[in-house]
Amino acid sequence: MKSAIEIRDLSKTYKTGFSALKNINLAIRKGEIFALLGPNGAGKTTLISIICGIVNKSAGTVLVDGHDNVSDYKAARTLIGLVPQELTTDAFETPWATLSFSRGLFGLPANPAHIEKILKQLSLWDKKDEKIMRLSGGMKRRVLIGKALAHEPRILFLDEPTAGVDVTLRKDMWQIVRDLRSTGVTIILTTHYIDEAEEMADRIGVINKGEMILVEDKATLLHKLGQKKLTIQLVKPLKAIPLKLKAHNLQLMQEGKALVFNYDTHAEKTGIATLVDDLKSAKLAFSDLATTQSSLEDIFVDLVKK
Amino acid sequence: MNIHSVWAIYRFEMARALRTVFQSIISPVISTVLYFVVFGAAMGSRVTEIDGVAYGSFIVPGLIMLSLLTQSIANASFGIYFPRFVGTIFELLSAPISYFEMVLGYVGAAATKSIVLGLIILATASFIVPIHIAHPFWMLLFLVLTAATFSLFGFIIGVWADGFEKLQIIPLLIITPLTFLGGSFYSINVLPSFWQKISLFNPVVYLISGFRWSFYEVSDVSVGVSLAMTFVFLGICLVTVAWIFRTGYKIKN
Repeated sequence: MKSAIEIRDLSKTYKTGFSALKNINLAIRKGEIFALLGPNGAGKTTLISIICGIVNKSAGTVLVDGHDNVSDYKAARTLIGLVPQELTTDAFETPWATLSFSRGLFGLPANPAHIEKILKQLSLWDKKDEKIMRLSGGMKRRVLIGKALAHEPRILFLDEPTAGVDVTLRKDMWQIVRDLRSTGVTIILTTHYIDEAEEMADRIGVINKGEMILVEDKATLLHKLGQKKLTIQLVKPLKAIPLKLKAHNLQLMQEGKALVFNYDTHAEKTGIATLVDDLKSAKLAFSDLATTQSSLEDIFVDLVKK
Repeated sequence: MNIHSVWAIYRFEMARALRTVFQSIISPVISTVLYFVVFGAAMGSRVTEIDGVAYGSFIVPGLIMLSLLTQSIANASFGIYFPRFVGTIFELLSAPISYFEMVLGYVGAAATKSIVLGLIILATASFIVPIHIAHPFWMLLFLVLTAATFSLFGFIIGVWADGFEKLQIIPLLIITPLTFLGGSFYSINVLPSFWQKISLFNPVVYLISGFRWSFYEVSDVSVGVSLAMTFVFLGICLVTVAWIFRTGYKIKN
Protein backbone atom coordinates (compact mmCIF):
# COMPACT_ATOMS: atom_id res chain seq x y z
CA MET A 1 0.00 0.00 0.00
CA LYS A 2 1.20 3.49 -0.84
CA SER A 3 1.91 5.72 2.13
CA ALA A 4 -0.41 8.64 2.71
CA ILE A 5 2.67 10.81 2.86
CA GLU A 6 6.23 9.94 2.05
CA ILE A 7 9.06 12.32 2.80
CA ARG A 8 12.55 11.66 1.50
CA ASP A 9 15.70 13.55 2.44
CA LEU A 10 13.79 16.73 3.09
CA SER A 11 15.78 19.79 4.15
CA LYS A 12 14.95 23.41 4.64
CA THR A 13 17.50 26.14 5.08
CA TYR A 14 16.27 29.69 5.34
CA LYS A 15 18.04 32.59 3.65
CA THR A 16 19.43 33.62 7.00
CA GLY A 17 21.33 30.33 7.01
CA PHE A 18 19.09 28.85 9.67
CA SER A 19 18.62 25.16 9.07
CA ALA A 20 15.02 24.40 10.08
CA LEU A 21 14.88 20.82 8.81
CA LYS A 22 17.76 18.43 8.32
CA ASN A 23 17.38 15.47 6.03
CA ILE A 24 13.98 14.30 7.19
CA ASN A 25 12.76 10.85 6.13
CA LEU A 26 9.28 9.83 7.13
CA ALA A 27 6.39 7.74 5.87
CA ILE A 28 2.90 8.26 7.21
CA ARG A 29 0.57 5.29 6.83
CA LYS A 30 -2.91 5.60 5.46
CA GLY A 31 -5.58 5.91 8.11
CA GLU A 32 -3.32 6.38 11.08
CA ILE A 33 -3.10 9.17 13.61
CA PHE A 34 0.48 10.34 13.65
CA ALA A 35 1.66 12.69 16.33
CA LEU A 36 4.61 14.89 15.62
CA LEU A 37 6.06 15.75 18.95
CA GLY A 38 8.70 18.34 19.62
CA PRO A 39 9.53 21.42 21.64
CA ASN A 40 8.86 24.89 20.31
CA GLY A 41 11.00 25.73 17.30
CA ALA A 42 11.80 22.10 16.56
CA GLY A 43 10.58 22.37 12.96
CA LYS A 44 7.08 20.89 13.28
CA THR A 45 5.27 23.75 11.58
CA THR A 46 7.96 24.13 8.93
CA LEU A 47 7.59 20.45 8.05
CA ILE A 48 3.81 20.75 7.74
CA SER A 49 4.08 24.00 5.80
CA ILE A 50 6.36 22.39 3.25
CA ILE A 51 4.05 19.42 2.74
CA CYS A 52 1.08 21.75 2.28
CA GLY A 53 2.88 24.07 -0.13
CA ILE A 54 3.12 27.16 2.06
CA VAL A 55 6.89 27.07 2.37
CA ASN A 56 9.35 26.09 -0.35
CA LYS A 57 11.68 23.23 0.48
CA SER A 58 15.43 23.44 -0.02
CA ALA A 59 15.98 19.80 -0.95
CA GLY A 60 14.23 16.44 -0.96
CA THR A 61 10.89 15.03 -2.08
CA VAL A 62 7.42 14.94 -0.63
CA LEU A 63 4.88 12.51 -2.05
CA VAL A 64 1.22 12.81 -1.08
CA ASP A 65 -0.53 9.56 -1.95
CA GLY A 66 2.15 9.14 -4.61
CA HIS A 67 1.77 12.66 -6.03
CA ASP A 68 4.83 14.90 -5.88
CA ASN A 69 3.80 17.98 -3.92
CA VAL A 70 5.58 20.33 -6.32
CA SER A 71 5.31 18.88 -9.83
CA ASP A 72 1.83 17.47 -9.21
CA TYR A 73 0.72 19.99 -6.60
CA LYS A 74 -2.93 20.13 -7.60
CA ALA A 75 -3.50 16.42 -7.07
CA ALA A 76 -1.45 16.48 -3.88
CA ARG A 77 -3.12 19.49 -2.29
CA THR A 78 -6.66 18.39 -3.12
CA LEU A 79 -6.14 15.50 -0.70
CA ILE A 80 -4.95 17.67 2.17
CA GLY A 81 -6.75 19.75 4.74
CA LEU A 82 -4.77 22.02 7.04
CA VAL A 83 -5.76 23.46 10.39
CA PRO A 84 -3.14 26.09 11.22
CA GLN A 85 -1.76 26.83 14.62
CA GLU A 86 -2.74 30.49 14.67
CA LEU A 87 -6.39 31.47 14.80
CA THR A 88 -6.31 33.13 11.40
CA THR A 89 -9.85 33.65 10.20
CA ASP A 90 -11.73 36.16 8.12
CA ALA A 91 -13.20 38.10 11.01
CA PHE A 92 -16.01 39.66 8.97
CA GLU A 93 -17.21 36.43 7.39
CA THR A 94 -19.70 33.93 8.80
CA PRO A 95 -18.81 30.27 9.42
CA TRP A 96 -21.19 29.29 6.64
CA ALA A 97 -19.59 31.65 4.12
CA THR A 98 -16.04 30.82 5.04
CA LEU A 99 -16.58 27.04 4.88
CA SER A 100 -18.30 27.42 1.51
CA PHE A 101 -15.40 29.56 0.33
CA SER A 102 -12.85 26.94 1.39
CA ARG A 103 -14.72 24.20 -0.44
CA GLY A 104 -14.84 26.29 -3.62
CA LEU A 105 -11.20 27.32 -3.28
CA PHE A 106 -10.21 23.66 -3.25
CA GLY A 107 -12.00 23.20 -6.53
CA LEU A 108 -15.21 21.50 -5.49
CA PRO A 109 -18.74 22.48 -6.50
CA ALA A 110 -20.96 23.88 -3.75
CA ASN A 111 -22.54 21.29 -1.48
CA PRO A 112 -24.69 22.88 1.24
CA ALA A 113 -25.54 19.47 2.72
CA HIS A 114 -21.87 18.71 3.37
CA ILE A 115 -21.23 22.13 4.91
CA GLU A 116 -24.27 21.66 7.10
CA LYS A 117 -23.02 18.24 8.22
CA ILE A 118 -19.61 19.63 9.21
CA LEU A 119 -21.05 22.62 11.05
CA LYS A 120 -23.35 20.33 13.00
CA GLN A 121 -20.55 17.90 13.75
CA LEU A 122 -18.47 20.76 15.14
CA SER A 123 -21.41 22.19 17.12
CA LEU A 124 -21.31 25.37 15.09
CA TRP A 125 -24.66 25.05 13.38
CA ASP A 126 -26.44 27.64 15.53
CA LYS A 127 -23.56 30.05 14.91
CA LYS A 128 -23.46 29.59 11.17
CA ASP A 129 -24.63 33.15 10.36
CA GLU A 130 -22.72 34.88 13.13
CA LYS A 131 -19.68 36.96 12.23
CA ILE A 132 -16.54 34.99 13.09
CA MET A 133 -15.12 37.91 15.07
CA ARG A 134 -17.96 37.44 17.57
CA LEU A 135 -17.12 33.80 18.23
CA SER A 136 -15.04 32.54 21.13
CA GLY A 137 -11.51 31.24 20.65
CA GLY A 138 -12.65 27.63 20.84
CA MET A 139 -15.32 28.23 18.23
CA LYS A 140 -12.84 29.97 15.95
CA ARG A 141 -10.62 26.92 16.15
CA ARG A 142 -13.55 24.73 15.22
CA VAL A 143 -14.29 27.04 12.29
CA LEU A 144 -10.73 26.45 11.13
CA ILE A 145 -11.21 22.71 11.43
CA GLY A 146 -14.45 23.06 9.49
CA LYS A 147 -12.69 25.00 6.74
CA ALA A 148 -10.07 22.28 6.49
CA LEU A 149 -12.78 19.61 6.22
CA ALA A 150 -14.97 21.48 3.74
CA HIS A 151 -13.33 19.89 0.73
CA GLU A 152 -13.47 16.36 2.12
CA PRO A 153 -9.70 15.83 2.49
CA ARG A 154 -8.20 12.36 2.93
CA ILE A 155 -5.32 13.69 4.98
CA LEU A 156 -5.75 16.22 7.75
CA PHE A 157 -3.00 18.25 9.38
CA LEU A 158 -3.72 19.67 12.79
CA ASP A 159 -1.01 22.05 13.89
CA GLU A 160 -1.28 22.26 17.67
CA PRO A 161 -5.05 21.80 17.63
CA THR A 162 -5.55 22.22 21.34
CA ALA A 163 -3.13 25.03 22.11
CA GLY A 164 -4.94 27.45 24.37
CA VAL A 165 -8.08 25.35 24.45
CA ASP A 166 -9.86 24.48 27.70
CA VAL A 167 -10.11 20.93 29.02
CA THR A 168 -13.66 20.17 27.89
CA LEU A 169 -13.04 21.47 24.44
CA ARG A 170 -9.83 19.50 24.26
CA LYS A 171 -11.74 16.30 24.94
CA ASP A 172 -14.28 17.30 22.28
CA MET A 173 -11.47 17.94 19.86
CA TRP A 174 -9.99 14.52 20.50
CA GLN A 175 -13.39 12.97 19.87
CA ILE A 176 -13.69 14.85 16.58
CA VAL A 177 -10.28 13.55 15.56
CA ARG A 178 -11.24 9.97 16.45
CA ASP A 179 -14.48 10.27 14.52
CA LEU A 180 -12.57 11.50 11.51
CA ARG A 181 -10.12 8.64 11.70
CA SER A 182 -13.01 6.21 11.75
CA THR A 183 -14.02 7.58 8.34
CA GLY A 184 -10.58 6.67 7.03
CA VAL A 185 -8.95 10.09 7.18
CA THR A 186 -5.23 10.07 7.90
CA ILE A 187 -4.41 12.53 10.65
CA ILE A 188 -1.13 14.19 11.43
CA LEU A 189 -1.10 16.34 14.51
CA THR A 190 1.68 18.35 16.00
CA THR A 191 1.70 19.00 19.66
CA HIS A 192 3.96 19.71 22.53
CA TYR A 193 1.41 18.30 24.94
CA ILE A 194 2.70 14.82 25.45
CA ASP A 195 -0.52 13.56 26.98
CA GLU A 196 -2.24 14.51 23.75
CA ALA A 197 0.08 12.32 21.72
CA GLU A 198 -0.24 9.57 24.31
CA GLU A 199 -4.01 9.81 24.22
CA MET A 200 -4.50 10.09 20.47
CA ALA A 201 -1.68 8.76 18.38
CA ASP A 202 -1.04 5.40 16.79
CA ARG A 203 2.51 6.38 16.06
CA ILE A 204 4.73 9.11 17.35
CA GLY A 205 7.57 10.97 15.71
CA VAL A 206 9.85 13.06 17.85
CA ILE A 207 11.47 16.02 16.17
CA ASN A 208 14.08 18.25 17.74
CA LYS A 209 16.25 20.97 16.24
CA GLY A 210 15.14 20.04 12.73
CA GLU A 211 16.00 16.38 13.08
CA MET A 212 13.68 13.41 13.30
CA ILE A 213 15.04 11.70 16.38
CA LEU A 214 12.63 8.82 16.50
CA VAL A 215 9.54 7.36 14.85
CA GLU A 216 7.81 4.54 16.67
CA ASP A 217 4.47 2.95 17.41
CA LYS A 218 3.20 4.54 20.55
CA ALA A 219 2.83 1.22 22.33
CA THR A 220 6.32 0.07 21.31
CA LEU A 221 7.75 3.36 22.37
CA LEU A 222 6.17 3.13 25.78
CA HIS A 223 7.14 -0.50 26.01
CA LYS A 224 10.69 -0.05 24.86
CA LEU A 225 11.50 2.83 27.05
CA GLY A 226 9.09 1.89 29.81
CA GLN A 227 10.75 2.39 33.13
CA LYS A 228 8.91 1.90 36.36
CA LYS A 229 9.53 3.56 39.63
CA LEU A 230 8.94 1.88 42.97
CA THR A 231 8.51 4.18 45.93
CA ILE A 232 8.90 2.68 49.40
CA GLN A 233 7.46 4.73 52.23
CA LEU A 234 9.46 4.16 55.38
CA VAL A 235 8.07 4.14 58.88
CA LYS A 236 11.19 5.85 60.29
CA PRO A 237 13.14 8.39 58.27
CA LEU A 238 16.72 7.49 57.30
CA LYS A 239 19.73 9.78 57.23
CA ALA A 240 21.59 7.66 54.72
CA ILE A 241 21.03 4.52 52.71
CA PRO A 242 22.14 1.52 54.82
CA LEU A 243 25.19 -0.41 53.59
CA LYS A 244 23.17 -3.56 53.03
CA LEU A 245 21.07 -1.79 50.45
CA LYS A 246 23.86 0.05 48.60
CA ALA A 247 23.88 -2.52 45.79
CA HIS A 248 20.33 -1.65 44.75
CA ASN A 249 21.03 1.82 43.47
CA LEU A 250 18.36 3.45 45.57
CA GLN A 251 17.63 7.10 46.07
CA LEU A 252 16.61 8.60 49.35
CA MET A 253 13.72 11.03 48.89
CA GLN A 254 11.21 13.08 50.90
CA GLU A 255 13.74 13.97 53.61
CA GLY A 256 14.61 10.36 54.22
CA LYS A 257 11.03 9.13 54.44
CA ALA A 258 11.02 7.32 51.13
CA LEU A 259 13.29 5.10 49.10
CA VAL A 260 12.94 5.19 45.34
CA PHE A 261 13.91 2.25 43.17
CA ASN A 262 13.98 2.45 39.35
CA TYR A 263 13.56 -0.75 37.41
CA ASP A 264 12.91 -1.95 33.92
CA THR A 265 9.62 -3.80 33.61
CA HIS A 266 10.92 -5.89 30.72
CA ALA A 267 14.18 -6.96 32.31
CA GLU A 268 14.56 -10.65 33.16
CA LYS A 269 15.01 -9.79 36.79
CA THR A 270 13.48 -6.60 38.02
CA GLY A 271 15.35 -6.86 41.28
CA ILE A 272 12.25 -6.21 43.35
CA ALA A 273 12.31 -9.57 45.13
CA THR A 274 15.89 -9.27 46.32
CA LEU A 275 15.29 -5.68 47.33
CA VAL A 276 12.38 -6.69 49.54
CA ASP A 277 14.52 -9.45 51.05
CA ASP A 278 17.32 -6.98 51.75
CA LEU A 279 14.88 -4.51 53.29
CA LYS A 280 13.82 -7.24 55.67
CA SER A 281 17.34 -8.22 56.63
CA ALA A 282 18.20 -4.56 57.19
CA LYS A 283 15.17 -4.44 59.48
CA LEU A 284 13.64 -1.51 57.71
CA ALA A 285 9.89 -1.22 58.26
CA PHE A 286 7.84 0.28 55.45
CA SER A 287 4.28 1.52 55.47
CA ASP A 288 3.50 1.63 51.76
CA LEU A 289 4.71 0.63 48.30
CA ALA A 290 3.76 2.48 45.12
CA THR A 291 4.81 1.96 41.53
CA THR A 292 4.50 4.49 38.71
CA GLN A 293 4.95 3.97 34.98
CA SER A 294 7.19 6.47 33.24
CA SER A 295 5.08 8.55 30.88
CA LEU A 296 5.81 9.66 27.38
CA GLU A 297 6.76 12.92 28.94
CA ASP A 298 9.72 11.36 30.75
CA ILE A 299 10.73 9.58 27.56
CA PHE A 300 10.42 12.75 25.59
CA VAL A 301 12.39 14.88 28.00
CA ASP A 302 15.04 12.17 27.99
CA LEU A 303 15.26 12.13 24.21
CA VAL A 304 15.34 15.85 23.74
CA LYS A 305 18.05 16.24 26.37
CA LYS A 306 20.40 13.85 24.59
CA MET B 1 -8.43 25.55 -15.23
CA ASN B 2 -10.12 25.22 -11.87
CA ILE B 3 -13.31 27.24 -12.33
CA HIS B 4 -14.65 26.61 -8.83
CA SER B 5 -11.50 27.99 -7.21
CA VAL B 6 -11.41 31.12 -9.35
CA TRP B 7 -15.11 31.65 -8.76
CA ALA B 8 -14.69 31.21 -4.99
CA ILE B 9 -12.02 33.92 -4.84
CA TYR B 10 -13.97 36.19 -7.18
CA ARG B 11 -17.14 35.87 -5.15
CA PHE B 12 -15.30 36.34 -1.87
CA GLU B 13 -13.79 39.59 -3.13
CA MET B 14 -17.09 40.83 -4.57
CA ALA B 15 -18.81 40.07 -1.26
CA ARG B 16 -16.21 42.19 0.47
CA ALA B 17 -17.07 45.09 -1.82
CA LEU B 18 -20.76 44.72 -1.10
CA ARG B 19 -20.05 44.72 2.63
CA THR B 20 -18.15 47.95 2.29
CA VAL B 21 -20.47 49.44 -0.29
CA PHE B 22 -20.09 52.94 1.06
CA GLN B 23 -16.32 52.87 0.83
CA SER B 24 -16.26 51.05 -2.50
CA ILE B 25 -18.94 52.80 -4.50
CA ILE B 26 -20.55 55.74 -2.79
CA SER B 27 -17.45 57.62 -1.67
CA PRO B 28 -15.84 57.70 -5.16
CA VAL B 29 -19.16 58.87 -6.60
CA ILE B 30 -19.35 61.69 -4.07
CA SER B 31 -15.81 62.80 -4.78
CA THR B 32 -16.54 62.74 -8.53
CA VAL B 33 -19.53 65.00 -8.05
CA LEU B 34 -17.29 67.32 -6.02
CA TYR B 35 -14.79 67.41 -8.88
CA PHE B 36 -17.63 68.44 -11.15
CA VAL B 37 -18.64 71.20 -8.83
CA VAL B 38 -15.09 72.52 -8.51
CA PHE B 39 -13.71 71.98 -11.99
CA GLY B 40 -16.85 71.83 -14.06
CA ALA B 41 -18.86 74.64 -12.56
CA ALA B 42 -16.17 76.94 -11.19
CA MET B 43 -13.62 76.58 -13.96
CA GLY B 44 -16.02 75.66 -16.71
CA SER B 45 -17.47 79.15 -16.58
CA ARG B 46 -14.05 80.52 -17.63
CA VAL B 47 -12.70 77.73 -19.80
CA THR B 48 -15.68 77.28 -22.04
CA GLU B 49 -14.36 74.56 -24.28
CA ILE B 50 -11.29 72.52 -25.18
CA ASP B 51 -10.78 71.13 -28.68
CA GLY B 52 -14.37 72.00 -29.46
CA VAL B 53 -15.78 70.07 -26.48
CA ALA B 54 -17.57 71.84 -23.60
CA TYR B 55 -15.25 71.82 -20.56
CA GLY B 56 -17.70 70.00 -18.30
CA SER B 57 -18.04 67.19 -20.84
CA PHE B 58 -14.33 67.24 -21.63
CA ILE B 59 -13.30 66.29 -18.10
CA VAL B 60 -15.67 63.29 -17.81
CA PRO B 61 -13.28 60.68 -19.32
CA GLY B 62 -10.45 62.06 -17.17
CA LEU B 63 -12.54 61.83 -14.03
CA ILE B 64 -13.53 58.26 -14.81
CA MET B 65 -9.88 57.38 -15.40
CA LEU B 66 -8.88 59.03 -12.15
CA SER B 67 -11.28 56.84 -10.18
CA LEU B 68 -10.54 53.78 -12.29
CA LEU B 69 -6.81 53.96 -11.61
CA THR B 70 -7.00 54.72 -7.91
CA GLN B 71 -9.80 52.26 -7.19
CA SER B 72 -8.28 49.42 -9.22
CA ILE B 73 -5.08 49.78 -7.29
CA ALA B 74 -6.82 50.19 -3.94
CA ASN B 75 -9.12 47.19 -4.46
CA ALA B 76 -6.52 44.78 -5.74
CA SER B 77 -3.75 45.79 -3.36
CA PHE B 78 -6.00 45.51 -0.33
CA GLY B 79 -7.51 42.24 -1.59
CA ILE B 80 -4.17 40.42 -1.50
CA TYR B 81 -2.53 42.43 1.29
CA PHE B 82 -5.24 41.72 3.83
CA PRO B 83 -4.89 37.90 3.79
CA ARG B 84 -1.14 38.38 4.14
CA PHE B 85 -1.70 40.74 7.03
CA VAL B 86 -4.13 38.55 9.00
CA GLY B 87 -2.51 35.28 7.96
CA THR B 88 -5.36 33.72 6.01
CA ILE B 89 -3.02 33.56 3.01
CA PHE B 90 -2.02 30.07 4.23
CA GLU B 91 -5.26 28.77 2.78
CA LEU B 92 -4.62 30.28 -0.65
CA LEU B 93 -1.11 28.90 -0.72
CA SER B 94 -2.20 25.43 0.34
CA ALA B 95 -5.10 25.31 -2.12
CA PRO B 96 -4.78 23.31 -5.35
CA ILE B 97 -4.79 26.43 -7.51
CA SER B 98 -2.27 27.78 -9.96
CA TYR B 99 -0.93 31.29 -9.59
CA PHE B 100 -2.73 32.21 -12.76
CA GLU B 101 -6.04 31.15 -11.24
CA MET B 102 -5.30 33.05 -8.05
CA VAL B 103 -4.48 36.23 -9.96
CA LEU B 104 -7.50 35.77 -12.19
CA GLY B 105 -9.78 35.64 -9.14
CA TYR B 106 -8.28 38.62 -7.34
CA VAL B 107 -7.54 40.84 -10.30
CA GLY B 108 -10.77 39.88 -12.03
CA ALA B 109 -12.78 40.95 -9.00
CA ALA B 110 -10.82 44.17 -8.50
CA ALA B 111 -11.18 45.06 -12.19
CA THR B 112 -14.90 44.25 -12.17
CA LYS B 113 -15.41 46.56 -9.21
CA SER B 114 -13.61 49.47 -10.79
CA ILE B 115 -15.35 48.95 -14.15
CA VAL B 116 -18.72 49.02 -12.41
CA LEU B 117 -17.55 52.12 -10.57
CA GLY B 118 -16.44 53.76 -13.83
CA LEU B 119 -19.83 53.08 -15.36
CA ILE B 120 -21.58 54.49 -12.28
CA ILE B 121 -19.50 57.65 -12.53
CA LEU B 122 -20.32 57.86 -16.23
CA ALA B 123 -24.01 57.56 -15.42
CA THR B 124 -23.71 60.16 -12.64
CA ALA B 125 -21.90 62.56 -14.99
CA SER B 126 -24.55 62.11 -17.67
CA PHE B 127 -27.05 63.74 -15.33
CA ILE B 128 -24.81 66.78 -14.96
CA VAL B 129 -23.29 67.39 -18.39
CA PRO B 130 -24.09 66.25 -21.95
CA ILE B 131 -22.01 63.22 -22.88
CA HIS B 132 -21.48 61.72 -26.28
CA ILE B 133 -19.76 58.38 -26.77
CA ALA B 134 -18.50 58.17 -30.33
CA HIS B 135 -16.96 54.70 -30.06
CA PRO B 136 -18.66 52.63 -27.35
CA PHE B 137 -16.65 49.50 -28.17
CA TRP B 138 -13.33 51.29 -27.85
CA MET B 139 -14.56 53.09 -24.76
CA LEU B 140 -15.29 49.74 -23.09
CA LEU B 141 -12.04 48.25 -24.33
CA PHE B 142 -10.00 51.07 -22.80
CA LEU B 143 -12.04 50.79 -19.63
CA VAL B 144 -11.45 47.04 -19.31
CA LEU B 145 -7.78 47.13 -20.27
CA THR B 146 -7.01 49.98 -17.89
CA ALA B 147 -8.93 48.38 -15.04
CA ALA B 148 -7.14 45.07 -15.61
CA THR B 149 -3.71 46.69 -15.89
CA PHE B 150 -4.03 48.76 -12.76
CA SER B 151 -5.64 45.96 -10.79
CA LEU B 152 -2.57 43.88 -11.65
CA PHE B 153 -0.43 46.80 -10.58
CA GLY B 154 -2.40 46.98 -7.34
CA PHE B 155 -1.89 43.26 -6.81
CA ILE B 156 1.86 43.80 -7.15
CA ILE B 157 1.74 46.61 -4.58
CA GLY B 158 -0.30 44.39 -2.26
CA VAL B 159 2.40 41.71 -2.44
CA TRP B 160 5.26 44.18 -2.10
CA ALA B 161 3.82 46.19 0.80
CA ASP B 162 4.65 45.08 4.31
CA GLY B 163 2.59 47.69 6.09
CA PHE B 164 -0.47 49.80 5.53
CA GLU B 165 1.72 52.80 4.90
CA LYS B 166 3.46 51.17 1.96
CA LEU B 167 0.07 50.17 0.65
CA GLN B 168 -0.92 53.82 0.39
CA ILE B 169 2.34 55.36 -0.66
CA ILE B 170 2.44 54.48 -4.36
CA PRO B 171 -1.15 55.46 -5.12
CA LEU B 172 -0.70 58.65 -3.13
CA LEU B 173 2.74 59.74 -4.26
CA ILE B 174 2.83 58.43 -7.81
CA ILE B 175 -0.53 57.55 -9.29
CA THR B 176 -2.56 60.55 -8.12
CA PRO B 177 0.01 63.14 -9.29
CA LEU B 178 0.49 61.33 -12.59
CA THR B 179 -3.26 61.30 -13.14
CA PHE B 180 -3.70 64.95 -12.27
CA LEU B 181 -0.77 65.88 -14.53
CA GLY B 182 -1.86 63.40 -17.19
CA GLY B 183 -4.55 65.58 -18.69
CA SER B 184 -7.57 64.62 -16.60
CA PHE B 185 -8.69 68.20 -16.46
CA TYR B 186 -6.95 69.70 -19.47
CA SER B 187 -5.51 68.88 -22.85
CA ILE B 188 -1.74 68.68 -22.69
CA ASN B 189 -1.76 70.80 -25.88
CA VAL B 190 -2.50 73.85 -23.71
CA LEU B 191 0.85 73.39 -21.94
CA PRO B 192 4.07 75.12 -23.01
CA SER B 193 5.90 72.85 -25.44
CA PHE B 194 8.58 71.90 -22.90
CA TRP B 195 5.96 70.57 -20.48
CA GLN B 196 4.17 68.86 -23.32
CA LYS B 197 7.32 66.84 -24.00
CA ILE B 198 7.72 66.05 -20.32
CA SER B 199 4.10 64.92 -20.20
CA LEU B 200 4.81 62.29 -22.86
CA PHE B 201 6.82 60.43 -20.22
CA ASN B 202 3.69 60.20 -18.11
CA PRO B 203 2.02 56.88 -18.93
CA VAL B 204 -1.36 58.10 -17.73
CA VAL B 205 -1.45 60.66 -20.58
CA TYR B 206 -1.86 57.80 -23.05
CA LEU B 207 -4.63 56.13 -21.09
CA ILE B 208 -6.65 59.33 -20.70
CA SER B 209 -6.04 60.45 -24.24
CA GLY B 210 -7.22 57.18 -25.76
CA PHE B 211 -10.21 56.99 -23.46
CA ARG B 212 -11.21 60.56 -24.25
CA TRP B 213 -10.90 59.85 -27.96
CA SER B 214 -13.49 57.06 -27.63
CA PHE B 215 -15.90 59.73 -26.38
CA TYR B 216 -15.25 62.86 -28.39
CA GLU B 217 -12.75 61.82 -31.06
CA VAL B 218 -10.24 64.34 -29.72
CA SER B 219 -6.92 63.18 -28.36
CA ASP B 220 -3.51 64.42 -27.30
CA VAL B 221 -1.70 61.48 -28.86
CA SER B 222 -2.86 59.10 -31.56
CA VAL B 223 -5.22 56.30 -30.53
CA GLY B 224 -2.88 53.62 -31.84
CA VAL B 225 -0.12 54.88 -29.59
CA SER B 226 -2.53 55.00 -26.63
CA LEU B 227 -3.63 51.43 -27.20
CA ALA B 228 -0.07 50.21 -27.70
CA MET B 229 1.07 51.90 -24.48
CA THR B 230 -1.84 50.36 -22.56
CA PHE B 231 -0.73 46.92 -23.73
CA VAL B 232 2.88 47.72 -22.79
CA PHE B 233 1.83 48.51 -19.20
CA LEU B 234 -0.33 45.42 -19.10
CA GLY B 235 2.62 43.37 -20.31
CA ILE B 236 4.98 44.85 -17.71
CA CYS B 237 2.52 44.07 -14.92
CA LEU B 238 1.97 40.52 -16.16
CA VAL B 239 5.71 39.86 -16.32
CA THR B 240 6.17 41.26 -12.81
CA VAL B 241 3.36 39.13 -11.38
CA ALA B 242 4.80 36.05 -13.09
CA TRP B 243 8.18 36.83 -11.55
CA ILE B 244 6.66 37.29 -8.09
CA PHE B 245 5.11 33.86 -8.20
CA ARG B 246 8.06 32.13 -9.79
CA THR B 247 10.35 33.32 -7.04
CA GLY B 248 7.77 33.28 -4.26
CA TYR B 249 8.74 36.89 -3.56
CA LYS B 250 7.32 37.99 -0.20
CA ILE B 251 4.68 35.27 -0.39
CA LYS B 252 6.57 32.10 0.37
CA ASN B 253 9.64 31.52 2.45
